[in-house]
Amino acid sequence: MSRTVLGPFNRVEGDLEVSLEAADGQVSAAWVNSPMYRGFEQILQGKAPHDALVMVPRICGICSVSQSVAAAAALTNAAGAQVPVNGERAINLMLATENLADHFTHFYLFFMPDFAREAYAGTPWFDPVAARFRAIKGSATAEALPARARFLQIMGLLAGKWPHTLTIQAGGSARAVSANERIRLLSMIREFRQWLERHLFGDRLEAVCALESIDDLMSWATGDGPRGADLGRFVQLCDALDLHTLGQAPEVPRYMSFGNYPVEGTPALARGVWHAAAQRLEPMVSSDIVEDLSHAWMAGGGAAHPLKGSTLPDLDKADAYSWCKAPRWQGQVVQCGALSRQVVSGHPLARDMVARAGGNVMSRVIGRLLEIARIVPMMEQWTRALEPGAPFHASVSLPSDGEGVGMVEAARGSLGHWLVIRRGRIHNYQIIAPTTWNFSPRDAQGVPGALEQALVGTPVETGREMPVRVQHVIRSFDPCMVCTVH
Amino acid sequence: MNVLWLQSGGCGGCTMSMLCAETPDLLGMLADADIHFLWHPSLSEESGSEAVSVLDRCVSGELPLDVLCVEGSLLRGPNGTGRFHMLAGTGTPMIEWVSKLAARARHTMAVGTCAAFGGVTSGGLNPTDACGLQYEGATPGGLLGADFRSGSGLPVINVAGCPTHPDWVIESLMALSMGEMGAEALDEVGRPRFYADHLVHHGCSRNEFYEFKASAEKPSDMGCMMEHMGCKGTQAHADCNLRPWNGNGSCTSGGYPCISCTEPGFEEPGHPFAETPKVSGIPIGLPTDMPKAWFVALAALSKSATPKRVRVNATSDHTVIAPANRKTGLK
Repeated sequence: MSRTVLGPFNRVEGDLEVSLEAADGQVSAAWVNSPMYRGFEQILQGKAPHDALVMVPRICGICSVSQSVAAAAALTNAAGAQVPVNGERAINLMLATENLADHFTHFYLFFMPDFAREAYAGTPWFDPVAARFRAIKGSATAEALPARARFLQIMGLLAGKWPHTLTIQAGGSARAVSANERIRLLSMIREFRQWLERHLFGDRLEAVCALESIDDLMSWATGDGPRGADLGRFVQLCDALDLHTLGQAPEVPRYMSFGNYPVEGTPALARGVWHAAAQRLEPMVSSDIVEDLSHAWMAGGGAAHPLKGSTLPDLDKADAYSWCKAPRWQGQVVQCGALSRQVVSGHPLARDMVARAGGNVMSRVIGRLLEIARIVPMMEQWTRALEPGAPFHASVSLPSDGEGVGMVEAARGSLGHWLVIRRGRIHNYQIIAPTTWNFSPRDAQGVPGALEQALVGTPVETGREMPVRVQHVIRSFDPCMVCTVH
Repeated sequence: MNVLWLQSGGCGGCTMSMLCAETPDLLGMLADADIHFLWHPSLSEESGSEAVSVLDRCVSGELPLDVLCVEGSLLRGPNGTGRFHMLAGTGTPMIEWVSKLAARARHTMAVGTCAAFGGVTSGGLNPTDACGLQYEGATPGGLLGADFRSGSGLPVINVAGCPTHPDWVIESLMALSMGEMGAEALDEVGRPRFYADHLVHHGCSRNEFYEFKASAEKPSDMGCMMEHMGCKGTQAHADCNLRPWNGNGSCTSGGYPCISCTEPGFEEPGHPFAETPKVSGIPIGLPTDMPKAWFVALAALSKSATPKRVRVNATSDHTVIAPANRKTGLK
């Protein structure tokens, strides 16, 4: 038995290193390391609270709007203020645009190109899949990039630019939408819908949302339209490569969502933790969360709630192997991401996939595409419901001493910001990003994080330094390491 | 032209921005301009040892490296070791990789303000000792040193912006590919002049409010954001309001002030970002090239002449009073 160190795992953001131990042709243990640290939580200390809105989006250029939304929510919470319903809808539109663009980019640029690798040459399905999805040269890249850029024009209108907007403020959106802009927004969303229905799904979004089980999905995917579209192609690949058996983490049957897209305070996607083994939805409250430092290069060894947490690097700490802390919910490892959101919010296909084979490479990717199909119609509804002339922003006044919590769902899962203000300045700011949950190192009890567990059992071909199936498992979680360790 | 793109201590946002390029076929356009990515983290197939092998071959000279693009600041800490950022799978700090590759590259390009000047990663007490490739804030130096010149003889090309506009990067690469970017094309802090010889103020959709000093007082107001909201559009070098972002966006049209993200040291303005520091009610940061006395005199005059329409709309989130329809008398 030997340990192999693998990295960089490029695509979305490459600072990820994985150490594997293998025995009998499969992974027997994994350690996930985030090898970069920037110290945003330290940089924020002492700043004016609203300055967080400039700094935190720049934690991550991939999910910068999610970071803005979480920071604005924490400030709004600290002020005890309410966002006007127009502001909620405008912010939902910005957050949904980012999240869906992220899922879209993940599928076309970061995940599918691995099936066009030489390792698969000679399989019966290889030639058409390679022609479609090969990195840089595939026809899908050429079609998907402009579709993505067009879709992100919603950000040009609502947010000025993407990434790194300041439109999302405590108290709502700083950009009111006029009547004609509301129509233009709707047309932009409808244009994206048409692209998706033509290329990704080969069917109406509503038909995808109506799928209730894996059996439904399999028979739909071989139908006339869907078979030739990209989701249909992926489902056929899942079948050929048994991707539903790859990257499971049976000891992590907990799927978490902070809930997303509130309108009048009620999230369109529910909040909770789905316990798959017990088939039960449990409440998710902030007080059940801690971050454990025992294997992170951070001073201190215990676990603390983020309002009491600290971030002080200690590179020489024994037993540490990552800059990533280990967040735990009720002391347990949980998974988060699009699949978790769909499971928690009760979508029958997501619940069926998880009941039958847990979180795995197939279900995590299907979870993202299902989310695209579900959220685009919601975006149409939010846009139609905007009321030009009514306020998008309410003034807030922050206390000179106080606390605030902002909990949202970024593309990759649950994102929380915890803010403590003392004497009008940021006293403490702690962030737990989605990848921190999924790519967590071991905790004080030695329990590995979700990806560390999901990698165990993955087949590794001898003589290959970077086994392609390991890449499928890792990329099915969509690593974004800059968020993780901020 | 062979381009190698590395991500150091940044957020990946400049790559994400580049992928928003408003062209029907970004990769086709780059290929047509003879721009070939030896490796780009978001676009290339190679991972792990395959990717490291590309880097090794560039360092050895086996692969000719025309442009080294670095996104993100260079993390020198702790204590000069660079261990805050090890390139995954190599056991080697990123600053060592960048130094070795820059020594081989014909051109070196900082993509974004982090790689150019340090950016937000160097904010606060700068816990990771972050800097730019050839600057630390406005001070020459950085990782490679003030005297560094690439194989071409040029200093580091600083395509600053947080994030950069996709066109700033693509057009800079194209100019290099065509051999049309010399020392005269860069401004005094190494930024390409084609976008840095403008001010963000140029083309701002709030210009009429600026003319009359009809000012926004809170987020979502339509007025000029210079007087109260910290807007630095009259001082920041970039063509953001002339060259649309994501369709037809810009920061000021998105409802928020310019924070001068193309400038060295923007991350520590010395005041809250969205507040204008003033002395005796007069903003400290006045428009570039404008004597203070002139500004004060003109502002007093224009404020006294502000039409009611402009004054009312400035503190509203939508047009409350539309421009009047009057016969101009022109034939």
